[in-house]
Amino acid sequence: MQFWYFLTALTLISALMVVLSKNPIHSVLYLVFTFFCISGHYVLLNAQFLMAVNIIVYAGAIMVLFLFVIMMLDLRRNSPDSKTNLTKLAGAVVGGTVLVIFIAATRKINLGTGADNAFYNSQTGMVENLGQILYRNYLLPFELVSILFFVAMVGAVMLGKREAGERNF
Amino acid sequence: MQQIPDVIRQIPLNNYVWFSTALFCIGIIGVLTRRNAIIIFMSVELMLNAANLLLAAFSSYKSDPTGQVFVFFIMAVAAAEVAVGLAIIVMIYRNIQSIDVGILNKLKW
Repeated sequence: MQFWYFLTALTLISALMVVLSKNPIHSVLYLVFTFFCISGHYVLLNAQFLMAVNIIVYAGAIMVLFLFVIMMLDLRRNSPDSKTNLTKLAGAVVGGTVLVIFIAATRKINLGTGADNAFYNSQTGMVENLGQILYRNYLLPFELVSILFFVAMVGAVMLGKREAGERNF
Repeated sequence: MQQIPDVIRQIPLNNYVWFSTALFCIGIIGVLTRRNAIIIFMSVELMLNAANLLLAAFSSYKSDPTGQVFVFFIMAVAAAEVAVGLAIIVMIYRNIQSIDVGILNKLKW
């Protein structure tokens, strides 16, 4: 499975470029590319529904929202100067330490492959199977998500409204 | 017995654990080293996606669809979070003409 390693390397490199690139627009485009790579991983895992939802929701809706906000805020005029090198170094050291700790913690366990799974079901990630689970066992959380979306929409509209009077901060 | 995909047959599940860990740590580094609020938000999205990928991997390897339903809920929460967060960023920009998080230290004391 050389392709798996190729796709993984591509995902990690584009994720690093999200963090490293100076221009926020480039960051957004690299993030879209990362999401497409992750969708490729979903295809390899035989999770077609998640692949479609990932492309539609993340690469489609959320990233376009990011792009719109970046275009609205004129960032070129006053691009934020980066932190001091000491702070950046400390952040990178903390991130690397977390990586080392996680790898050290999971190094000994052996989860194996799925080759010997006698109960393997190739329909696990299909729309029909997921729909049965979602609407039978998880109907209440599904309805609560709609309330969450409603609250988020009201919150976004309230925050986006221009307030009268002087600035608060 | 049904046909098992090549990836599930040959790639150990540990590889997915380490891959998601690396993605998550890239997100952590992004949150800690950048000052632009939008890029911090994008790093948070990266961390959420690392968790999603690991849930989907375990779900596919063990043939348990519950994990993928959970990924679906995480995506819904992420969408709501981004809508409110970007509204907050726009409001901050409107007030102080900048989205540098280093300036936003009034709540510190």
